[in-house]
Amino acid sequence: MDFASLVFYFLAAILLLSGLRVVTAKNPVHSALALVLTFFTAAGLWILLEAEFLANALILVYVGAVMVLFIFVVMMLDINIEEMRKGFWDHLPLAGLVAGLMAVEMVMVLGGDRFGLSAPTAKPAGYSNTRELGLLLYTDYVYAFELAAVILLVAIVAVIALTMRRNPNRKAIDPGWQSKQTAEGHIRMVNLKPQHPDYKNKEDDE
Amino acid sequence: MISAIKRFFNTFLLIDLLKGMAVTGRHLFARKITIQYPDERTPQSPRFRGLHAQRRYANGEERCIACKLCEAVCPAMAITIESAQRADGSRRTTRYDIDLTKCIFCGFCEEACPVDAIVETRIFEYHGERRVDLYYTKAMLLAVGDRHEAQIAADRAADAKYR
Amino acid sequence: MDYLQQLLGPAWLPIWTLAKIIIIVLPLLIAVAYLTYAERKIIGYMQVRIGPNRVGFFGYRLIGLGQPIADAVKLMTKEIVLPTGADKPLFLLAPVLAIGPALAAWAVVPFTEDWVLANIDASLLYIMAITSMGVYGVIVAGWASNSKYAFLGAMRSAAQIVSYEIAMGFALVGVLMAAQSLNMVDIVNAQRGGFWQWYWLPLFPLFLVYLISGVAETNRAPFDVAEGESEIVAGFHLDYSGMAFAVFFLAEYANMILVSALTSIMFLGGWLSPFPFLPDGFFWIAAKMSFVLFLFLWFRATFPRYRYDQIMRLGWKVFIPVTLIWILVIGGFMQTPLGYLFH
Repeated sequence: MDFASLVFYFLAAILLLSGLRVVTAKNPVHSALALVLTFFTAAGLWILLEAEFLANALILVYVGAVMVLFIFVVMMLDINIEEMRKGFWDHLPLAGLVAGLMAVEMVMVLGGDRFGLSAPTAKPAGYSNTRELGLLLYTDYVYAFELAAVILLVAIVAVIALTMRRNPNRKAIDPGWQSKQTAEGHIRMVNLKPQHPDYKNKEDDE
Repeated sequence: MISAIKRFFNTFLLIDLLKGMAVTGRHLFARKITIQYPDERTPQSPRFRGLHAQRRYANGEERCIACKLCEAVCPAMAITIESAQRADGSRRTTRYDIDLTKCIFCGFCEEACPVDAIVETRIFEYHGERRVDLYYTKAMLLAVGDRHEAQIAADRAADAKYR
Repeated sequence: MDYLQQLLGPAWLPIWTLAKIIIIVLPLLIAVAYLTYAERKIIGYMQVRIGPNRVGFFGYRLIGLGQPIADAVKLMTKEIVLPTGADKPLFLLAPVLAIGPALAAWAVVPFTEDWVLANIDASLLYIMAITSMGVYGVIVAGWASNSKYAFLGAMRSAAQIVSYEIAMGFALVGVLMAAQSLNMVDIVNAQRGGFWQWYWLPLFPLFLVYLISGVAETNRAPFDVAEGESEIVAGFHLDYSGMAFAVFFLAEYANMILVSALTSIMFLGGWLSPFPFLPDGFFWIAAKMSFVLFLFLWFRATFPRYRYDQIMRLGWKVFIPVTLIWILVIGGFMQTPLGYLFH
């Protein structure tokens, strides 16, 4: 067994264990953190496949942004675990069906030679994964790529439109307006001289 | 219009922030005003209000006549006095305690005293390892007075014309 | 070295790599220790104070140079208090999560053309990925402490870091457009030819955005709402003491040094000398990093803490549009004969 396969089995074991923790952990925050570990080890496996761009993008997007927001929300919510567990047996058949389908798909991919898929060949030196990916995305798949981008943009706009509530009585401060304010019209400089009770200052008639 | 353009460049070139940084940058090279305490000390006024002391007359007689004005005036109620008649017929304190954990060093006791018996000295570095160490009894106060009588007398003399 | 290589055989590679890691990490930790000293000294001077000047070596004061060592010894001998109700495993894991990315990112940082632990193709991506994980230390610490202040700190930090990461990432997109490479050695080499060729000039808005986002990413003043001593006591590391606290401290300062190194590499020409007739070398990157670190301390001494909604506005409504516009400008210019300005 060479070093690479040793690393593979090590990462795969962590991946499976943490994946198991995602569904078995009682505390939702533990479960979300286990998902973070799952993503991280998955990125490690991708690096073994020489897909360094995808691996880094996985960490950057999922671990660095999506899961942070996910954990943010999970921590804020007060989740009643007993309530969550109630429907376990009712949903088991559906969940089992989905899991079975996924298992079949995995077998089809992993036993690839039977379905006409071949193992990736080693890349020559100077091969840049990022460059190849970029070339493919912006030539052969440019329409699909742009379409995905537009869908995401529409989703962002839709989410903002759905959650934005313009309440006319809203009293929140607008920092943009605040930072535009200057001293003009708000502050009046008055020249106050130190005064003695007997001394009448002529200039200070205000 | 021009002011809007000016504001735009002021904002994006961070002019105001640079002005602020110029101030701190200048102070980086300014003369430092730190007093390195045990080695250097700030000057003290003769009116400095530190640790209390009980004074004596030159002949060794204690000044305090147990009039209890200081006890009455003390806003923190830190002073406890008991008095009795001495063998020679004069009224003297049998107990004169100051709880320094209560004292706020306002100096009222000193002001109230008709015979300049209770005074506050320049000592501010006293300490105690237990709370009871800061409960000063008559003997301790007299001892402080005996130790620093020269300084106390000099300070009273320096301040005499304003009193 | 060849002799050692023969002696150790197949064990040579891991041992040599470990040695290189130690060569990077040990000076880094010493730099962290003395950065705390420099911070106290410089901020002290800006506030017309002297700063630490008592602790020295062998009875000599040496303007307080022994202070970081004394601090380290004190923190190491202190007890680590576990709060009741804390999530124990996560509570102890959080400092590790904080310092891990802060150290791991140094693997791809080049100090000169040859002095780099792992000169990988996508080193810029690796840096962005690894630094984006630093927030977990803060979040997990805040949640596992089971304290309201710590939790508030974690929430603030999570929102803030995610927001500023976007602006930071876009600023780096500008750099890699100009350098046409994700490799940091190539990025520095693309800036060759005097300080007017460094990217701070053609990418000036991105440089400012990156520098300020760097301050925000490391939770430093004026963006230190995650700690906010005057509002939420100490934020996420409120319940930490002793070495666990020290590890958070190490992570924060290691991140500061990392951001300064990245700023020097991306925008200030790394190890290149400012004038073509002077030789390049490690000295230049050290000098540039020191300058950026000094800026960090200078900011802290000058600016009051941002209010939280102002931080969010700055990140989303100012920095992200500015970076997007400048990326468009770069892209547009690269299609014209003036494109050489951005290379």
